[in-house]
Amino acid sequence: MHATGRSWGRYPVTTEKVITLSDRHAPLPTSDVPMLPLGNARSYGDSCLNDGGILLATRGLDHYMAFDPATGVLTCESGVLFSDILDLVVPQGWFLPVTPGTRFVTVGGAIANDVHGKNHHRAGSFGHHVLALELLRTDGTRMRCSPDENTEWFDATIGGLGLTGVITWATIQLRRVAGPWMSTESHRFTNLDEFFALSRESDRDYEYTVSWIDCAAKGNALGRGLFSRGNHAPASPDRRPAAPARRLAMPLTPPFSLVNPLSLRAFNQLYYHRQRKPVVHATTHYAPFFYPLDGITQWNRMYGPRGFLQYQCVVPPEASEATMAELVRTIAAGGGGSFLAVLKQFGDRPSRGLLSFPRPGATLALDFPNGGAPTFALLDRLDAIVDGVGGAVYPAKDARMSGERFRRYFPRWEAFTRFIDPGMSSSFWRRVME
Amino acid sequence: MQRVLIIGATSAIAEATARIYAERGSRLHLVARTPARLDTIVEDLRIRGAADVGRDALDINDLTRHEAVLDAAWTALGNVDVVLVAHGTLPDQKACEASVETAMAEFATNATSTIALLTLLANRMERAGRGTIAVISSVAGDRGRASNYLYGSAKAAVSTFLGGLRQRLSKRGVDIVTIKPGFVDTPMTRDFKKGALWAKPDAVAAGIVKAVDKGTPVVYLPWFWFAIMTVIRAIPEFIFKRVSL
Ligand SMILES: Cc1cc2nc3c(=O)[nH]c(=O)nc-3n(C[C@H](O)[C@H](O)[C@H](O)COP(=O)(O)OP(=O)(O)OC[C@H]3O[C@@H](n4cnc5c(N)ncnc54)[C@H](O)[C@@H]3O)c2cc1C
Ligand SMILES: NC(=O)c1ccc[n+]([C@@H]2O[C@H](COP(=O)([O-])OP(=O)(O)OC[C@H]3O[C@@H](n4cnc5c(N)ncnc54)[C@H](OP(=O)(O)O)[C@@H]3O)[C@@H](O)[C@H]2O)c1
Repeated sequence: MHATGRSWGRYPVTTEKVITLSDRHAPLPTSDVPMLPLGNARSYGDSCLNDGGILLATRGLDHYMAFDPATGVLTCESGVLFSDILDLVVPQGWFLPVTPGTRFVTVGGAIANDVHGKNHHRAGSFGHHVLALELLRTDGTRMRCSPDENTEWFDATIGGLGLTGVITWATIQLRRVAGPWMSTESHRFTNLDEFFALSRESDRDYEYTVSWIDCAAKGNALGRGLFSRGNHAPASPDRRPAAPARRLAMPLTPPFSLVNPLSLRAFNQLYYHRQRKPVVHATTHYAPFFYPLDGITQWNRMYGPRGFLQYQCVVPPEASEATMAELVRTIAAGGGGSFLAVLKQFGDRPSRGLLSFPRPGATLALDFPNGGAPTFALLDRLDAIVDGVGGAVYPAKDARMSGERFRRYFPRWEAFTRFIDPGMSSSFWRRVME
Repeated sequence: MQRVLIIGATSAIAEATARIYAERGSRLHLVARTPARLDTIVEDLRIRGAADVGRDALDINDLTRHEAVLDAAWTALGNVDVVLVAHGTLPDQKACEASVETAMAEFATNATSTIALLTLLANRMERAGRGTIAVISSVAGDRGRASNYLYGSAKAAVSTFLGGLRQRLSKRGVDIVTIKPGFVDTPMTRDFKKGALWAKPDAVAAGIVKAVDKGTPVVYLPWFWFAIMTVIRAIPEFIFKRVSL
C-alpha cells in the first residue's frame, strides 16, 4: 500500500510504501529500495520518513513478553506504546524510567531517538534504562545487544535513528512509584537569570524540572516564563488531586495556520498571566503533568496544511546563559515567536548512543508555523548561534539542518556509519549525508 | 470471572478481543492453526491480566478433531461462559470462479467448518443452560456482490444458521451473537487501500465485548454499517445487478 507519509510536524510530505510487521520471528521483507522502521510517527521532521522507499510499520509488534512486578523489569515488542505500558504498570507500582512529552511513542522509537524527559538531570536518557534489545537486520541476522553483549551495536542502535536495523523487542528497567499522583509546583520567573537560579536550586530535590518561556515577549519581559518542578507523590496524597481534564480533538486541518503572530502573542500573554501567584502548588495525575498536549488529539493540525517546524537545540553549560538569551532575543526579533517554548537543563550523564542528542547544557525546544523562506532563514540564524558555541540540534525534531552542521553536532557520525544496515535509509539521513 | 473460549485466536480481531477479556482478569482458552503465533499471544495476555491462558492447535477444516478440541477446552476452563468464533479467510473471488476446488475449499473454511463446530458447541451450551456464542460473520453476507460473493455466501450461510440457532437456544438461556464487521484493518485486508470507512481491530473488539455482555442478537461494527447495509439491501435487484460493488 502506498501512502502519503507525514511526521508529526506535517512537513515535509513524502510518498512511501508501508509494510506492516506483525510477527517478530519473521524475517524482514526484501526490497530494492531502502527501508526504514517506523514507530508511531511522533518525530517532527523527516527522520521517520523515507521518500520513495519503504516504511516498516512496527506498531503491529505490540506484545508484552515478560514483566516482573517485583523488580520492574519489562520485556516487550518494540511497537508497544508508552501509553499502554503506563496503563499496565502504574497500577502495579511502576513508572517509565524516562518519558518524552507525549505518551504516544513506541519503545522502538524511544530507543532510536534516545529520548529524554524532564528528569534528564537525574536519570539520563531512555537508553540508560534499556537492559537489552534484539536487532534484526535486512540480511536476516539477529543480534541480542546489551551493555555487555554486542556492545558496539547496542551503542549504535540507541539513538541510531532506525538505521542500524529493526529493534524487534527490548527489555527496560522501570522506576518504582507509589501511585499515579505527582506533587508539583509552578514558579513564575521574570527573566533567564531567574530561570537558571531556579534550575540550579531545584535539580537536587526535584526529579522533574522543565520550563515554559514566553517567546513573544520583548524588552523587559524577555525570558519570562513558568518553571515547573515535581516529584512522584505518595500513594494517598495529602492534597486533593485535581480532576483529570476532558480529551479534546482537532477534528480537521484548517485551511490556514491558526498560529500567527497575533494569536501567539495573545496566547503567551494569557498563559503567563494565568498564574496569578508567584508560586502554585498542586497534586495532579501524571497525565497532565507529563503530557499536557496529549489532551488535544492531533493538535498538530492547528498549524494548517503547510505544517510546522520544531527546533530543539542544546548548548554547553559554560555558554548556556549568554546563548539562551541570544537565542530568545533572535526569536523575539524575528516576530514569529513560538507557541511552545520549552527550556530545561540537562544533567551530566553521558548518553550511550553514538548519535544521542542529550549532552550537558541547556536545551530549548520551539515550534514555528511553516512560513516558508523567512522561517527557514530564522532557523538558520539559530543554527549559526548554536553551532558557534559547540551545541547541537535534535534530529527527532529536524527537517532542515544542513549536513555540514549535522556532522559537527554529531562528531561520532563517521564511527556510526559502520553500523548502518545497507538495506536501510531515511529522508533525514540522505539529506544530512549530502 | 468469565471463562472465554476463542476459536481462530490468532485473528487480529480475536486477539484484540482477547486483550479486553484479559484486562478484565478472565480465564482464556485459545484455539488456532499456527502454534508459533499463539505462543506470543498467550504470553502477552498473561501479562495483560488474564487469570490463565490455555491453548490448543486446530485446522478448522479438520472436522474430526472438533469434538476433542472442545473436550480439552471444557476440561481446561471447567465451564465456558463465552465462545468467540473468529477464524476466516478472504478468498480471491476470481480464483473461486476459475476453480470448483478452490471455491469449495474456501466455502468449507468460512461456512461448513463453522457450522460443524457450532453444531457441537450448541449442544454443549444447551446442556449447560447458559453462556454466549458469538460468531464473526460479515456485512458481506447481507447481499451477494460480484467482487466477493463466494465469501459473501459463506457468511450468509453462517448468519442464517445463527438466526435459527438463536431461536432454538433462546429458550435455553444461551445467547447467540452475530457480529457483522464492515471493513477492518487486519492482515486479511492488508493489500486494500484504506479509507474513512475502515475501522481498527480494537474498536471492533470493544463492540464485540459490549454485544456479548448485553447479549445483542445481531451487531454491525462500527454501527454505521447498519445504515449502509439497510440501504444496500433495499436496492431492487434489477438495479443492483448493474451496480459494480
Ligand atoms: C508532543 C510531543 C512531545 C515530545 N517531547 C519530547 C521530549 O520531551 N523528549 C524527546 O526526546 N522527544 C520528544 N518528542 C519526540 C518523540 O519522543 C520522538 O520523536 C520519538 O522517537 C517518537 O517515537 P515514535 O514511536 O513515534 O517513532 P517514530 O517517530 O515513528 O520514529 C522515530 C525514529 O525511530 C526509528 N524507529 C522506530 N521504531 C523502530 C524500531 N522498532 N527499530 C528501529 N528503529 C525504530 C525510526 O526509524 C525513526 O528514525 C516529542 C514529540 C511530540 C509529538
Ligand atoms: N478484516 C475485515 O475487514 C473483516 C470484515 C468482516 C468480517 N471479518 C471476519 O473477521 C474474522 C477475523 O478476521 P480478521 O480480520 O481478524 O483477519 P485475520 O487476522 O487474517 O484472521 C483470520 C484468522 O483465521 C484463521 N484461519 C484461517 N484459516 C484457518 C483454518 N483453516 N483453520 C484455522 N484457522 C484458520 C487464521 O489463522 P492463521 O493465523 O493460522 O492464518 C487467522 O487467525 C473472520 O471471520 C473474517 O471473515 C473480517
